[in-house]
Amino acid sequence: MDILNAIVALANFVLIPAAAYGAQLALGALGVTLIYGILRFSNFAHGDTMAFGTAMVILVTWALQGAGIGIAPLPTALLALPFGIGLTAALVLGTDRAVYRFYRRQKAAPVILVIVSMGVMFVMNGLTRFIIGVEDIAFDDGARFIVNARAFRDATGLDEGLALRSTQVITLVTALVVVVWLFWFLNRTRTGKSMRAFSDNEDLALLSGINPERVVMYAWLIASALATIAGTLYGLDKSFKAFNYFQLLLPIFAAAIVGGLGNPVGAIAGGFLIAFSEVGVTYAWKKVAGYVLPFWEPDGLLQLLSTEYKFAVSFVILIAVLLFRPTGLFKGKSV
Amino acid sequence: MSGRVATSGASRARTALLFAGMAALILLEGLTGGWNTALGILNMGLISAVMALGVNMQWGYAGLFNTGVVGFVAMGGLAPVLIAMPPVREAWAAGGLRMGLALVFAVAVVAAAVQVWRRLQGRSRGLATAGVLVAGFFAYRALFDPAVAAIEAVNPAAAGYLGGLGLPVLLSWPVGAILAAGAGWIVAKTALGLRSDYLAIATLGIGEIIVAILKNEDWLDRGVKNVIGIPRPVPYEIALQNDPSFVARAASLGIDPVTASTVWVKILYAGIFAVVLLALIWLLERALNSPWGRMMRAIRDNETAAEAMGKDVKRRHLQIFVLGCAVIGLAGAMMITLDGQMTPGSYTPLRFTFLIWVMVILGGSGNNWGAMLGGMLVWYLWIKVEPWGNALMGLVTSGMADGSALKAHLIASSAHMRLLTMGLILLVVLRFSPRGLLPEK
Repeated sequence: MDILNAIVALANFVLIPAAAYGAQLALGALGVTLIYGILRFSNFAHGDTMAFGTAMVILVTWALQGAGIGIAPLPTALLALPFGIGLTAALVLGTDRAVYRFYRRQKAAPVILVIVSMGVMFVMNGLTRFIIGVEDIAFDDGARFIVNARAFRDATGLDEGLALRSTQVITLVTALVVVVWLFWFLNRTRTGKSMRAFSDNEDLALLSGINPERVVMYAWLIASALATIAGTLYGLDKSFKAFNYFQLLLPIFAAAIVGGLGNPVGAIAGGFLIAFSEVGVTYAWKKVAGYVLPFWEPDGLLQLLSTEYKFAVSFVILIAVLLFRPTGLFKGKSV
Repeated sequence: MSGRVATSGASRARTALLFAGMAALILLEGLTGGWNTALGILNMGLISAVMALGVNMQWGYAGLFNTGVVGFVAMGGLAPVLIAMPPVREAWAAGGLRMGLALVFAVAVVAAAVQVWRRLQGRSRGLATAGVLVAGFFAYRALFDPAVAAIEAVNPAAAGYLGGLGLPVLLSWPVGAILAAGAGWIVAKTALGLRSDYLAIATLGIGEIIVAILKNEDWLDRGVKNVIGIPRPVPYEIALQNDPSFVARAASLGIDPVTASTVWVKILYAGIFAVVLLALIWLLERALNSPWGRMMRAIRDNETAAEAMGKDVKRRHLQIFVLGCAVIGLAGAMMITLDGQMTPGSYTPLRFTFLIWVMVILGGSGNNWGAMLGGMLVWYLWIKVEPWGNALMGLVTSGMADGSALKAHLIASSAHMRLLTMGLILLVVLRFSPRGLLPEK
């Protein structure tokens, strides 16, 4: 029984939350890695694109709720997602037209593009705050739980409850669908193949008649869709706050680099690696230890690091990978 | 591109003209908004100029992209607490020794891990290093946690930390520079030599972590409980108001003593900051026009060629990065001295990293005078955009019906105009005048 209790506690506090968080990070890292592969710079505005996309989804959600349209028991935000993606993609494509295209034509150094993306980040951050404010916004409606902690306890007779929130399942399912679609798109469609060719060797791709502007446009479209989806799932799971999305930038970049920048499989693996490390290191293991080793009574909470230092976890992993394997765990594009 | 051509008449005139314009803006603020506000903007403008000089060293001289400026500013800000605050003797007695032991032990563990990594070969190497680190971490926590508990239990409402050394606060400025340089050295050692984006992301991380440490390690700086009442290098307003000779002098100028004392204190601060800034810029100009400065620019413009000439690019990058961090740390210590309090919660990356970048880019990267001008001008705008935004929104919404939701929303949102404006300034400068207001010669 104790082992079962330990497993349930572990699943409840570590495995399930980390899996959902990992899926959110993976989607974010996919966007970063895609832009890196095609446009060859680290997009600092990605976190704020996520925030902007989520803000758009929230606005549409409110409109739908106001009109009484819903898809209960699923959250209305899922219905609003396509509209949010459309609005975000419009902004991002407009930004590319007004800002990035100029530097692309100049063949500016990547670091200039990074600084430019910093300017875009400022503007998007300001825009998001301007439109929706800086307060915490909870916009999840519909059923809250798929498995309720108390119901689980009653049904199994265990001491530990297992809560499975609907947003966690939605996150995982959505992420799975998106990733499967993305890989199908990249590997099976003409456009996807031309994107991969462009990413592998720009000159060769241009020679074989691939239109670079079209590739870039698709890259931005997919990146804004991924950002909006990742942001909305994160917002549903936790809550929406513009500043939190800026802070997600570090774990997302860490995930993308750890997996190997420019490598989609790596981005997914990196996202889960970062998420599980972050949750595992900041979780207080006392409860689980109590079940597994009943004779041992530790003094502390058995927490390796307090939750405030969760960024340190992504940072340490990032530094370790940069030191020992600069191209990432899966082969990334360059050092 | 030689530094000598630099001082051509036209660019000198341009520099003088723009600085005169900046002075006019401050004077105008003094005449319309009061001297207290104007001097307030000037003081933070001078500090911002020092920060911009530090970032300009890294970016303008060497092309290194630091996105963790906030962390180095915060690191410097820790120095006034550690140097100038009176020591909390009971806390030292309760856990000071154990804390020192724990920190020394932590350094020893890292050193041991590095040694193990260097000495061993093959497969056992990684395992042994990881083993040393993991075992060391748990042993460190066993030392560290009780020390923290003991220190934080001492009078938590007013102290709960070790306090400082009780030394003059001006001493903390070089110490702040050293602290920030140390943090810079650690990050540069790991991330330099990789592609430029990686340095950007690594510094972003170290910035977040330093701020997180300052927010959470209460034994060090009271965390979010803030340290207030940090000693000042200038007299207190209240002391001046009680000083008969000061009151008499203020009266002879026809100013009431309260205004006179606040303005005088700010003038004193401005004097100290100006001396630091000018000394720094003199040093930097000397360095930039020396063989060392020419080498740095040669490395920035073409690393391969510089390497072929036998220059150790990685070493020079490390050097300039650490020096730049030291200057940023100096500014951080100056800022905390000006504020008289250390509030770790106020270190946000948008304000202390990206705003500094706007200063450098707008001013003119690679030009020290440009960075200085950018620092003061962008700080001025940062302060002024909010009231301007309010006025603009008042104008835009004046036609709307009172009580409409849109009007209320627009007026409430005008506070966020700052970020938008700063981003637009950055983008416009990068696009149309990428060399900034005062271009590098």
